[in-house]
Amino acid sequence: MAAQGAVAARSGLRSALPLLAPAYLWLTVAIFLPLSAMVFFSFMTDLPLTGKPWAFTLGNYAAFFSQSLYLTLLLASLRLGLEVTLWCIVIGYPAAYVLAKVLKGRSREAIFLLVILPFWSNGLVRIFSWAMVLREGGILDTALNAVLPFKINIDLMYSYPAVIIGLVHSYVPYMVLTCYLTLQAIDDSLIEAGRSLGASRLQVLKRVIIPLSLPGLVAGAALIFVPVVGSFMEPRILGGRTGTFYGTVIEDQFVAVFNWPLGAALSFILLAVVLVILAVASPVLRRAA
Amino acid sequence: MAGVQVSNVSRSFGAHKALDDVSIDFADGGFYALLGPSGSGKTTLLRQIAGFDFPDSGRIAIGGESVERVPVEKRRIGMVFQNYALFPNMSVADNVAFGLSVRGEAKAVIATEVQRALDLVQLGKLGGRRPHQLSGGQRQRVALARAIVTKPRVLLLDEPLGALDKALRVDMQIELKRIQREIGITTIFVTHDQEEALTMSDRIGILRDGGLVQEGPPEEIYDRPRSEFAATFLGDANIFRGDATGNGIRLADGTAIAAGSGPTLVAGAKASCAVRPERIQIAMDAGATDGDANMLKGQVSKRIFAGNNSTYFVDRAGQTLKVIVQNTGADRLTEGQDVVLRWSPASTVLIAAS
Repeated sequence: MAAQGAVAARSGLRSALPLLAPAYLWLTVAIFLPLSAMVFFSFMTDLPLTGKPWAFTLGNYAAFFSQSLYLTLLLASLRLGLEVTLWCIVIGYPAAYVLAKVLKGRSREAIFLLVILPFWSNGLVRIFSWAMVLREGGILDTALNAVLPFKINIDLMYSYPAVIIGLVHSYVPYMVLTCYLTLQAIDDSLIEAGRSLGASRLQVLKRVIIPLSLPGLVAGAALIFVPVVGSFMEPRILGGRTGTFYGTVIEDQFVAVFNWPLGAALSFILLAVVLVILAVASPVLRRAA
Repeated sequence: MAGVQVSNVSRSFGAHKALDDVSIDFADGGFYALLGPSGSGKTTLLRQIAGFDFPDSGRIAIGGESVERVPVEKRRIGMVFQNYALFPNMSVADNVAFGLSVRGEAKAVIATEVQRALDLVQLGKLGGRRPHQLSGGQRQRVALARAIVTKPRVLLLDEPLGALDKALRVDMQIELKRIQREIGITTIFVTHDQEEALTMSDRIGILRDGGLVQEGPPEEIYDRPRSEFAATFLGDANIFRGDATGNGIRLADGTAIAAGSGPTLVAGAKASCAVRPERIQIAMDAGATDGDANMLKGQVSKRIFAGNNSTYFVDRAGQTLKVIVQNTGADRLTEGQDVVLRWSPASTVLIAAS
């Protein structure tokens, strides 16, 4: 009986192998190998590809600690990640609630489509359209001045708010989607039960709905926070001179300065910091959830 | 504690009339069952009383106070949901404490009241558990404790026993009834299970297509149904259709059936007679003739043995009648046998054609 079971399990694995193999092969080739190469580079004095002599060093990692600029930029990027995540919650959660609990049928599908639309447009196009909107004499400026009786100057271009706006726009769908999934799983009768016990809608939201949808909020926050901390495209295009962040410095090392080893080292420091933050936060969040 | 008056309440969803001019008076402290097939409007009516939905017209009063436009959180009702609707993110004790805590009661008061409510439903030791660690019956009790701990004016139950298996359901019926008597709360109970309605309630309201078909004590509805629907939905009934005579009906083949109760009908009007299967006596021959008794001849087409009783299906003139005979040890009849059915006019109810 037991032997039979073992045979069945083994043949189950064998038959699953053709299904698993493509994914794991792809992950190995596409992620693991390049990433290993990057780890390797980060300990080198120079790129071997250039033909110059090279040696192993810890200098690239030491650079982060010896120059306060990198730490300052990392803190600025973490703050940017935090702010964008908070704005995504403020904007995305109510939208997810309405999608999951208020709208039904076709209107839900239509609004859902509008939420996912940013995913289908090219990121660069998206950011440059924001540039059209935000600059002085741009769409927002012209439109507001056409409506308002007094003259105001709106030039958000090349500012910190512009970076926030661009990033929130790119990442808010993640928050809407993850929150929508957890909110939709909350049985309507729980809301009704809360109200039948005398709780106002706000009390039901605070004590039942938000605690039960916390896993969605956490998942959304993780999906947004991590890439935003390392982002470079939005800060560079919309932030201009003010848009120097940790991510743009890494990008510079790869595309402008050609100091790949330093860029790789800075990347892995960021990865480590993000992992530490998630590790510290996860027990707290899990208890809350 | 308070009674509930529902007066001329109507509610439509689009073109569908979910409730059509329903009036029922639920007296203070009574146990009521709203009984009906799905789509009959019984849950819609309960939701109007709870305040989840407002009627298009009509009046709903709790304790004499009009509430038809008062939202649910201000109605001071207790509700038990079909799927229990316990908050999965809270312990059992926190679930029960919820209503008191949103009201801002002191912690010490809440703790005492929660313990008393949990003791009442015999779950005094399980306050620290999470809902998913409980069995179906225990969840049911927590839901009940949570609904009554706030001392609501009315207790509303939406098919609360529907998800339990048969044996547990019978236990919970007894338990629910005991708790209801103990705290004396007006209770309105929605069910599609006629047996549950019969055994538990002081009064039953039968609904169909958004209208109230008949309302009264279970015995009255069972013994004197006023419509074919009431007769067949609450229990089993043999229905004969024909033309009204002075004291019963005459069937198409000329057989007269006398009825002991029912409305006075004009002779010749379309009418029916209902008789319960257990009121009919079945025999191989006519025996001693009793002048008053209704009598029909037929042939046994099928017998179903259920231990304490047997059900005979008897064919006669294109109709199949159902007869239930207690297992008294007497000889059983066989399929294909010619039989004589007899029952007294007192067991027969005259019903006006609808």
